[in-house]
Formats: sequence, structure tokens, C-alpha cells
Amino acid sequence: MAVVFEKTKMLTDVNFHYCPGCTHGIAHRLIAEALEELGCEGKAIGIAPVGCAVFAYKYFNCDMQQVAHGRAPAAATGVKRVCPDKVVFVYQGDGDLASIGTAEIIHAAARGENITVIFINNAIYGMTGGQMAPTTLIGQKTTTSPHGRDASVSGNPIKVCELLSTLDGPSYIARCALSDPANVMKAKKAITKGLKNQIEGKGFSLIELLSTCPTNMGITPIAALDYVKNEMTKIFPLGVYKDIDAAQK
Amino acid sequence: MEEKIIIAGFGGQGVLSLGQFLAYAAIADGKEVTWLPSYGPEMRGGTSNCSVVISDEKVASPIISNPDCLIALNKPSLYKFESRVKPGGTIIVNSSLISDKVSRDDVKVIYLNSLELAQEAGHPKTANIVVLGAYIKHSGLFSLDLVAETIKEKFAEKPKVIPANLKALELGYNAI
Amino acid sequence: MKQLMKGNEAIAEAAIRGGCRAFFGYPITPQNEIPEYCSKRMPEVGGVFIQAESEVSAINMVYGAAGAGARAMTSSSSPGISLKQEGISYICGSELPCLIVNIVRAGPGLGGIQPAQSDYFQAVKGGGHGDYHMLVYGPESVQEAVDIAYDAFDKAEKYRAPVMILGDGMLGQIMEAVEIPPMKDPATFPKKDWVTDGTGIGSNRRIINSLYIEPDALETVNHRLFARYKEMAENETAFECYKTDDAEIVLVAYGTVARICKSAVNMLRANGIKAGLFRPITLYPYPYEVLAKIAAQDSVKSFLAVELSMGQMVEDVRLGVNGKKPVEFFGRTGGAVMSPEDIVKVVMQKEGR
Repeated sequence: MAVVFEKTKMLTDVNFHYCPGCTHGIAHRLIAEALEELGCEGKAIGIAPVGCAVFAYKYFNCDMQQVAHGRAPAAATGVKRVCPDKVVFVYQGDGDLASIGTAEIIHAAARGENITVIFINNAIYGMTGGQMAPTTLIGQKTTTSPHGRDASVSGNPIKVCELLSTLDGPSYIARCALSDPANVMKAKKAITKGLKNQIEGKGFSLIELLSTCPTNMGITPIAALDYVKNEMTKIFPLGVYKDIDAAQK
Repeated sequence: MEEKIIIAGFGGQGVLSLGQFLAYAAIADGKEVTWLPSYGPEMRGGTSNCSVVISDEKVASPIISNPDCLIALNKPSLYKFESRVKPGGTIIVNSSLISDKVSRDDVKVIYLNSLELAQEAGHPKTANIVVLGAYIKHSGLFSLDLVAETIKEKFAEKPKVIPANLKALELGYNAI
Repeated sequence: MKQLMKGNEAIAEAAIRGGCRAFFGYPITPQNEIPEYCSKRMPEVGGVFIQAESEVSAINMVYGAAGAGARAMTSSSSPGISLKQEGISYICGSELPCLIVNIVRAGPGLGGIQPAQSDYFQAVKGGGHGDYHMLVYGPESVQEAVDIAYDAFDKAEKYRAPVMILGDGMLGQIMEAVEIPPMKDPATFPKKDWVTDGTGIGSNRRIINSLYIEPDALETVNHRLFARYKEMAENETAFECYKTDDAEIVLVAYGTVARICKSAVNMLRANGIKAGLFRPITLYPYPYEVLAKIAAQDSVKSFLAVELSMGQMVEDVRLGVNGKKPVEFFGRTGGAVMSPEDIVKVVMQKEGR
């Protein structure tokens, strides 16, 4: 029988703990496949965040560090500087990267730290039970914005790609969505480019993945995908925000 | 033998480096030494001081309550530390900046116009080395040759400044 | 050959000679000479220097680098060390070796920049969350600090725990003659099979982690940590007894304050008072047993803990003495430093002279 699909070797056989309909699993697979395709077996070190992906160290089949909330880019800096020939990827959620860890991500980007950051933006705190995130949309209800996020009280969503692309350090900044097969394929390409940039020594890259959290949004997985596609992309437009290769052409 | 010296003056007068030269000389002479600076915002333009303890044995406290010798390079320093000098101790007064006389009569006082001698040596910035010369003559702790060698060594990367500093050392040494 | 070096610079050089090849820090007085020195020196030895965006980031860079196998260090002063506490707790939980230098300044809050010992509790009782300790040293001289920094990574790796040097502004700023030992050869360092250097895959992959969601698993880890601390206490406890053999009054002090006390002891003896000094060199593990032995000595009438704080180490002195003899306290705080004469006066008053 012809083999048409195989699970990537860069994932372990441990079952994901993620909720049904959550896109973390897709994101994990895309990263793992890209790592394998780029020949990173036995050469990769991943940094797991605090948040739903806290157990990422169980799933990626490579050396992993689990670190403090928001500090992944700093820890990754430490790893990369002492293992410059290895591929270091960072996996962070929106609370981790865009709230408690804003200083770390901005300065890692500003230094042009030669790492690849995968930023999962699902506009909500998942692990702690659905609180407001820095990327929660205006009007979106969460357990700490029960009447919907009000900008006059809680400020506005932070647009990480837009923010970081103003810096000179990054080589590649892109926002994708895990909302449908076509966008998932685009996300894979972006992740691959980010990792390739690192291997080629081009410096910092960040790929934001608009993601779902049906459990905490209180909607079905399909409705959550639609929310990403129809609502989140209005505030967080998809696209490439910085690409030093394109700029050189 | 244990000699406790407080050196004080304005930041920029070479207070700390004067203390360091004493410390370098002490090591070259096989003695034990501690050099403890005041630190913080007062280093910029305000008063600055350092405590140097030179001893035959390991130095216990680097903190000096009552110095054997006070080197006062400016007026506020003289006022601040004058009363703390041990009876029978010495105060070296930089008379080019301090017109006042020491009021105590239980200490030896040396008035030294360091700036005038420094200018004679070729550069006003060597005033602290003039004082160094005077101090080693007074204390008899180190030979002129040993300190001259230390100066040559420490200024090895700036050979241009060595002659004026050696001259300043000698002028200070011979001034008392 | 002995050379005149500032405490901060000597500590940095000794750490490098001891194998440190990664420094991460953030400016704060009075320890700035350490990062400044490392910024110049690390490139010369093929090491890494980064001025981080904050103390929080610096300690997490240490986490990453230590986890990846490097001998990594950070240094700071009190307010900055407070910021590092989260990272220190994670480092201890993840069982990572590293060197942390605290050149203590007066607090609380922004406090002042002058010498203090008011971070003692934070250093030895656990400044961050959870059950953990570090190997904490309180060196009295630049030479002692150099010797400790030189071997710090060997000890840290042996116990898979951070080593902390608890200095103060005086130790950082003082210049003394020191013998700097030769560069250690990294080829002689013991292999670490737990590092995430990127070569792991499948059953060989390594994980640096402090998360144990099952209570039983976490309890096992905490017992493992404390078994190591016990071993640490057996092997590493260090102290100095200065003229305590026939002492009637025993001063207890650590770090630079202990030197001031030594001068005081000699002045007191010149005045006919049999004084001595007990000086803990390791602050964790604390030399309780030796202190208990001194307390049991017939000659000893009382203890006086002398600190640059409102009274922190004195609590450990009381634990060691365990009620056998009275324990009193004399401290200066806010950055003020006592002189030997101040201590003599306190003792003389106590003795009714």
C-alpha cells in the first residue's frame, strides 16, 4: 500500500492534551514538519511557554526547555548564544508574549537574536480559564471582560507584528491564520521561512498564528474557525510585515 | 607597622589615583594593603575620598575611624576629617586650595603648594603626585625609587606623561 | 604574582578562570564593574556577554544558557536581585547550576547605594517562591571572593544548584592584592548528560523543566533537592573561628563586617576583654553545629551578632546557640558602616566598663 501521509519524526508519540477544536495541535505539527524538512533532527532546541502550550516539551521530539511566563525570548537568547549552530524555536501564546513578556520579545527582536518565534494569538487566556488577553478584540467577552472588552477600561488589542516590524533587528515578520486548509498551508510556508532564516543566520523571525480557543470562547470549533477568519483578521490583518529578502530584491 | 591614610578632595583632583599609587607601591614593597573608595554621585564634582591601610600583616578593617595621616586636597575635606586624625598624626594640607590653617596643635601639619610644584613639573594634573612625593618622604614608608618605578609601570601605556609625573614626585619629595 | 584588583573585577576574572563563558546582566550600582569587565573580557575568551533589557531577562538568559550547558553567571545589587527572584526559583526548580553575585546595597525599596547586609534573609531563606536553597557564600576579602568564584561552577554543577556570592558595596569597591588562579581547562570539566544542547532526539532527548503537575512527582523532586542540600551541608559548610578558644564574648559576623570585627576583637583584647569572632563563610548551609560547640564552651558568656542590617543573621545565630547563652545584636543600616571603635564601645558598655 502506498504511504500518503506519515506523522513527522519531530513529534513524539505522546497524545496532545489540547481541547477538541483547538489549533495548538496544528501549529505543533507545522513546526515539527518544517523542522524535519529542514533537517533539524538532533539539532533543535525548543522553548515552551507558560500557558496552554506549557506541556509542549512532551510533544516536540527534540531537546526542550520549559521557562517562566513571558521569559521565553530571554531564555532562548541564552540558549542560542551558547549553541549558535543549533536551531532554537520559541513557542509563545498571546498572554505570554504580548502581555507579561513584552520587554523580552521586543528586545530579542531588537537584538536581531537569531531565533524563530511562533506566536499563538487566540485572543484569550486559555490555560487559566478564558480571561482577557492583550489581543482580545474590542467587545469580546471573556471572564474578566464579562460585558465585552471596553477600550476605555482595558485599552486596545496589541498588534505584535505591526509593532515588531518597526524594528531594525527582525529578518522576517508574518501573520497567518490556522482557520482553513489554504491558510494552514501558508502558515507552514511562513514557519519554514522563519526557521530557514535562522539556519542561514539572517536573524530574528516571528510568525504569528491566529488561532482558536473554542472552549473558552464558548462556541463550536467550526464557529471558532469562522471567528478567526471573519473577526480576528479585521483587527489582525494577515500578511508579511517584514522580509529582509523581499526588501533586498 | 600599620599606617591608615585618608585622602580626600574634589572629584577630578586625582584623590582615588593618589590612593591607588600608594596601594601599588605597598604591594611592590611586599606589604599588605586595602584601598577603599567612597562611591556614588559625589564622585562627579563633589567631594571624593579613599581610605588606604598599609600593614605588615593582613589588614582587618578597611574602615578608618582615626587616620594616622589625612591628606586634604580641598577645604571641605579638611573640615570633614580634621578632627578624626589621631593625636600625634599628620595632616598634609594642599595649601594651593586651602588658605586656612589647621586649628589643632596635637598633630603635625605639612602645608604643601601642590599646584605650584605641579606647574613647575610641567602639568597641573600632576598635583596629586606632588602630594604623593611629599607623603612618602614624610612617612618614610617607601623609597623614591620604588614609587618612581610604580609610576613608570602604571603609565606605561601613556609614556608621554611619565617625565612630568616623575618630576612632580621628586619636587614633592624634596619640598619637605 | 599578586596584583591589586577591585573586588568586582576580581570576582569577574575569577569566574571566567573558573570556566564562566556567558555573562548576562543589567547595570546597577555598586556592581557595575562586573558587567563592564565581562563586556571586555568575554570576547577575549570566546565567551558571551549580553547587557539584557532587565534583570528579569538577564536571569532567564542565564537559565537558557545554563540549561544548554554553559557555565553562566549574572550579577546585580539588591533591587536587581529582587527582580531576579522569579528566575532563581525556576533555576532551582529546574536544577540548573549557575553563579549569581549580589553586591548588596541598602534597602528597602530603591534604598541607597552604600554597603549593607540586609538581603541575608532573601539569600539564605529563599527569596523566590517554593522550597529551595542555594549555596550562599559571604566572603570577607577580595581573595576569598576570588577563591569562591573560581570554584563556584564546580560546586554548582556538583549540586545542580546556583551558587550565590553575597558581597556588599565595600567588597565590590575595595582594592586589595590578590592571587588570581590560572585558567581552568574546560576539557577537564565533568560531562553533563542533562543539557539541552540540541543533540537530543527520541529517548535521548533532554528536558529542562520545573513543572510537575502531579503532587507526588513534585514532592519527590523537592525531597531530591533537599537531599542535595543535606549533602551540601556535610561537604561545604565553611567558617572561621578567630580567637574563640578562650573567648568570653563572641562576636558573630560575616563578609566585610567580619573584618571590622577582627579589628574590634584585637582592640578589646588590648583592653583586657577576651573577645573572639565566629565568622560563617557559607551562609547557606549555615554552620549551626560549630556555633553550638562554641556556645557550649565554659569560657563563653555571650554572643553579639554584628551586621549591616536591622538584624537578620542574628536569627541563625540564635538557632545555633539554641538558648545556651544570651545572643545580642548590634547593627548599622541604611548604608552606614560601623567602625571597630563602635563595636568596642558596644561591648564595653555591655561589660559595664
